[in-house]
Amino acid sequence: MTSQPKIQLRNVAKAFGNKVVLDGIDLDVGVGESVVIIGGSGTGKSVLLKSILGLLTPDQGSIKVDGEDVIGMGTSARERVNQKFGMLFQGAALFDSLPVWENVTFGLLAEKRCTREQAHYIAIDKLAMVGMNADVADLMPSQLSGGMQKRVGLARAIASDPEIIFFDEPTTGLDPIMADVINDLIVKVTREVGATALSITHDMASARKIANRIAMLYEGKIIWQGPVEDIDNSGNEHVDQFINGRAEGPIQMAIRA
Amino acid sequence: MNPVQAIGRVFLNFLATTGRLITFMMVGLSHAVRAPYYPRIIVRQMIDIGYYSLPVVGMTALFTGMILALQSYTGFSRFSAEGAIANVVVLTITRELGPVLAGLMVAGRIGASLAAEIGTMRVTEQIDALTTLSTNPMKYLVAPRLIAGITMFPLLVLAADIIGVFGGYVVAVYKLGFNPANYLQNTWNFLTAEDINSGLVKAAVFGFIVTLMGCYHGYNSKGGAQGVGRATTNAVVSASILILCSDYIITEMFFAK
Ligand SMILES: Nc1ncnc2c1ncn2[C@@H]1O[C@H](COP(=O)(O)OP(=O)(O)OP(=O)(O)O)[C@@H](O)[C@H]1O
Ligand SMILES: [Mg+2]
Repeated sequence: MTSQPKIQLRNVAKAFGNKVVLDGIDLDVGVGESVVIIGGSGTGKSVLLKSILGLLTPDQGSIKVDGEDVIGMGTSARERVNQKFGMLFQGAALFDSLPVWENVTFGLLAEKRCTREQAHYIAIDKLAMVGMNADVADLMPSQLSGGMQKRVGLARAIASDPEIIFFDEPTTGLDPIMADVINDLIVKVTREVGATALSITHDMASARKIANRIAMLYEGKIIWQGPVEDIDNSGNEHVDQFINGRAEGPIQMAIRA
Repeated sequence: MNPVQAIGRVFLNFLATTGRLITFMMVGLSHAVRAPYYPRIIVRQMIDIGYYSLPVVGMTALFTGMILALQSYTGFSRFSAEGAIANVVVLTITRELGPVLAGLMVAGRIGASLAAEIGTMRVTEQIDALTTLSTNPMKYLVAPRLIAGITMFPLLVLAADIIGVFGGYVVAVYKLGFNPANYLQNTWNFLTAEDINSGLVKAAVFGFIVTLMGCYHGYNSKGGAQGVGRATTNAVVSASILILCSDYIITEMFFAK
């Protein structure tokens, strides 16, 4: 079945206490497709990615990866499925007790796909892909700036050539030029290596560049999704307000003047 | 809410927490006895728990031994039973004060630092990151620390026993004017293997308690820096109380026959 989506979400819901974050999400991500999720701060984009990874358990709904239902899976099956994934966390989440090179090649070392000697060279290679030079490899994460940590996190996410990569705000905290380098890199790993990508971003320039398809999350639901070409004539006021960054519109921020 | 309900709720909470702790302990132990192991991490933890705790534990033992000699002299001289000082010192140290004081000191040192380290990894999503990099956090973080705790504590306590007895000897000989050869003779004569063994069994149990509490509270911490602070406090307090409880139980098992 070639038409089977890589990731399929049906009616996924998640609440924390009585705060409903996800309220019936349906989303398909095809093989080799790059989908970008946009949406206001705190609408549950990170929660959505973590639910797919099994870091959070949805209250309801089904999540399938390659047709396999992953909710409520046993630990070892989950570990096998998770080998398909690479994830860039919003806060980079680098291991602060390990030097940069070991962070980057952590997954490869864990899967015994290289020796520690080789890992050092591989790390330098991967760091070069995110625009960092070799001296960084031996620093500790605490010695890096926020944007540098983000790029190391990115190098780590793609280091083991995963089939599916999640990018949680890959360009946040980067200067515009570096942001574009990262966009190109994401395009490269999806278009050339054929990985499936699901990204979150607030940066519309980045979204336009890396996405095949864009989905907008609002009040726990996907209120619009479509090809990236259609984003400017979505016919949806929420999307229009969001991509043009207007304070006036149907999306009201909870601010008291 | 009426008082019966309140009590019921507290009781249910207590059962739920106990259940979670026991599950955590079982999972941690099951990983500790199954490959793959992480020798690099086990060794690093052993050095941290064993070697770097030596100064603190050594000082505690030294002064405890000295105080014991002085105090028991004050007591026993009233009955002209000064000869018993050597026994009192060696038995108290090996059976009781060596393991308990070492346990409490290390609960402060290691329990707190484990909880802070693992708690920080939790709130900065490093534990989530491990899961996405083909690594089971229970196996990678918790199991090596439990192994290090259970193996290094008895060694620490053995050192504490020797230093404590030496402290008593110094005071007895140089301050109270005992004959060195007699004092050592008395120390040696009354000591049985069971005194030492019971102390070492206690040490292994305390080592397990301290590392388990540090890992458990760190692993389950939430809510930023404040949450990590709370985890640290809880780790130290619960480890200290459990040390004293289990001390009674083990003493009862060894000596009540
Ligand atoms: N572990 C948790 N416990 C309780 N509430 C949570 C937890 N994680 C997330 N939330 C809540 O869920 C909501 C969505 O959080 P999420 O991190 O997914 O937002 P986001 O869409 O990624 O926002 P941003 O763009 O700012 O990163 C927030 O209101 C947050 O308070
Ligand atoms: Mg987020």
